[in-house]
Amino acid sequence: MNWSWTVFFETIPLIAKGLWITVGLTFACYLFAAVFGFFWVFMSRIPSKIVRSIFGWIAEFIRSTPPLVQLFFIFYAWPVIPVVGVSLNPFVAAILGLGIHFSTYMSEVYRSGIESVDKGQWEASTALNLSTRQKWTKIILPQAIPPTIPMLGNYLIIMFKEVPLASTIGVVAMLHIANDYGSQYYKFVEPLTVVALFFLLLSYPSAILISKLEKKYNRKFDKKAMTS
Amino acid sequence: MDEPIVKYQDVHKSFGDIEVLKGIDLDIQPAEKVALIGPSGSGKTTIIRMLMTLEEPTMGVIDVGGRNLWQMEKKGEWVRADDSHLHSIRGDIGMVFQHFNLFPHMTILENCMLAPVLVKNESKKEVKATAVEMLEKVGLGDKIDLYPAQLSGGQKQRVAMARALMMRPKVMLFDEVTSALDPELVGEVLEVIRDLAKEGEMAMILVTHEMDFALDIADRVVFLNDGVIEEEGHPEDILVNPKSERLQDFLSRFTVNR
Repeated sequence: MNWSWTVFFETIPLIAKGLWITVGLTFACYLFAAVFGFFWVFMSRIPSKIVRSIFGWIAEFIRSTPPLVQLFFIFYAWPVIPVVGVSLNPFVAAILGLGIHFSTYMSEVYRSGIESVDKGQWEASTALNLSTRQKWTKIILPQAIPPTIPMLGNYLIIMFKEVPLASTIGVVAMLHIANDYGSQYYKFVEPLTVVALFFLLLSYPSAILISKLEKKYNRKFDKKAMTS
Repeated sequence: MDEPIVKYQDVHKSFGDIEVLKGIDLDIQPAEKVALIGPSGSGKTTIIRMLMTLEEPTMGVIDVGGRNLWQMEKKGEWVRADDSHLHSIRGDIGMVFQHFNLFPHMTILENCMLAPVLVKNESKKEVKATAVEMLEKVGLGDKIDLYPAQLSGGQKQRVAMARALMMRPKVMLFDEVTSALDPELVGEVLEVIRDLAKEGEMAMILVTHEMDFALDIADRVVFLNDGVIEEEGHPEDILVNPKSERLQDFLSRFTVNR
């Protein structure tokens, strides 16, 4: 193997262009997952036991199958299904695929936050005659979500590291650019090292930031939440 | 006598296979102060929780201001009450809980302002003025910007009362409101309730183990045992000269100071 610093430095600006696509795609997928996560939460609270268990199984199925398989399914298989089939561009397919996959994890985080809210909070809201919507938006979620912020942050980092899967369906981000460069010049080590470094450069500070957030929220909540 | 503000008719409640209430008949007059006493597990708390719509009776009718709380008429038939039906009646009822249940993410002023602003659409400015006044009344006028966690148990319970009063209910329910407090904090909470009772216009139902207090402020004491009303009447008759053996036995565990 012959490592070339020239190639290394040459590929940095090339791959940096893909960095923004990776970051943008991460946030797009994450936003989708964060919003869609609530869908599973509400489905799990519907009075009908049948509806609840159907959606419970769907979420479990999505969680237990690899995201790569789901991406391939949405991108390659879905378009050929009669009637409902739609062919999607790689970006949309990636947002849908990774977004839905991660939404099932996000919903578990939300659920744990919601369950940690004392049942007395629901009862006091009822006694004050708040509507169901007001109970959720003013009382329950403001208490359920803050303690889960560190966990939600972790999923953002995990998501960031899963986004390169999108290169398999043709999203031209960091990994794809590195791979193209490699096949063209038969130089894989340098561009892939650059990709890894970029990931490290973003993931590691984020992880530190999240552990700081975690400490901050733990402290804040200890002080406020005790026997209210 | 006036039309009762609350009327229980043959109300039953079961949790699973266990029947907690076995046919309760009870009328509460407007402005009447009623103390519910009885051993734990006798169903006292369940009686008021059904009125607050936190539990649904298994059988029987509860009327509030002449309206059936848990059933509504739909196309000439009585059906189970829906959310909006409960919402329309619930405004007449307020409740103070054993464990306060203040909202920990809001200051005590915000705790008091929330429901009047959201539910009654009153103007923020007016609600704030009333809330400050109410908190002053319960002796917390200098603490309005603190969070619940910064208060003692007695103070929290006084905030909870101010918060419930903000909705101006016709009937106020007190669910063992001093049971979770340290003994030295009980007095300050009872003092507030005593003042409320003196003001008079609001009906009050108190589930309590404070016999002296019941004797002092109640117009009527109801003794509940094993899911039925065993004895009820004037506080003197019930607490000082109990008739039934069960009530005598129950009261022997307390010292009632006359």
